[in-house]
Amino acid sequence: MKRAMVLSLSLLVASPLLADSNQPPSPYAYKQLEDSRQEARAKALMQELRCLVCQGQSIADSDAELAGDMRSLVRERIKAGESPDQIRDWLIERYGSWVSYAPVFGPETLFLYAAPLLLLLAGGLLAARRLKRSR
Amino acid sequence: MTRKLWLALPLVVFALFVGAALWRLADPPSTTVESRLVGKPVPPFALKPALATKPGFGAADLASGQPRLLNLFASWCVPCIAEAPVLAELKARGVGIDGIAIRDTAPDIAKFLGERGDGYARIGADPNGQAQIALGASGVPESFIVDGRGIIRYHHIGAIMPQDLPEVMAEWEKVG
Repeated sequence: MKRAMVLSLSLLVASPLLADSNQPPSPYAYKQLEDSRQEARAKALMQELRCLVCQGQSIADSDAELAGDMRSLVRERIKAGESPDQIRDWLIERYGSWVSYAPVFGPETLFLYAAPLLLLLAGGLLAARRLKRSR
Repeated sequence: MTRKLWLALPLVVFALFVGAALWRLADPPSTTVESRLVGKPVPPFALKPALATKPGFGAADLASGQPRLLNLFASWCVPCIAEAPVLAELKARGVGIDGIAIRDTAPDIAKFLGERGDGYARIGADPNGQAQIALGASGVPESFIVDGRGIIRYHHIGAIMPQDLPEVMAEWEKVG
């Protein structure tokens, strides 16, 4: 009993199998850009990019090493004068549109963008018919 | 009659929703992220040698007329330990392998190769994972087969295990 206790307690405090290197983070993984306007643009983009390791989080939220490398990439490219859309497109070229939380307009997302208009139209028709009848 | 059918519509929609949810819960979509660069040229990168004893390489070196197996690995990566003997086997079968060491140091790499086997002709260092991102990879180990013109032909996510050898060799022979 006591051994089981000790075992479960030691499992509780054990660190998970290290899936990260012991190397220092990328230069701009945890450091903001010197220019606050550039940093604001980088930050806005980072919140819309998916971390590929912990796939429900943005790279702005994730502490995964790859997310840090991606933050550094975003900040370095913004600093070099690239636009957020250029960086987003560059990443989509590699990982697919799934990497961006902001859905791009295309055949896959056509229904997504068209749905509000279609629903509005259907609702409008229904309402029009009701109003006509009640008059 | 039609009115009754209309009244049943919400229930039908709800049943469809439950069905969809159950289907996806029982068979969750894959979480591995396939690189979209398969069929496209290797993106530009130039990597310094990770070890003093082996050369580094760049994207241009991969378009040398001969296919190459590009392997992303790290000494701190546990599945890479299982993969190392399989890479040595691939080398023995005539596959030319170039390694990209992700976030690693020369002493650690040398120790890893000494203990686990070394199938690499060249090893480039990727200290900040930037070549990894450029290739559309999201972890270690991952491997790419690049044809003689520098076009990526195949992407393998995770360790190449003995049971993957037939598939990898088939892909290799396709581009050779």
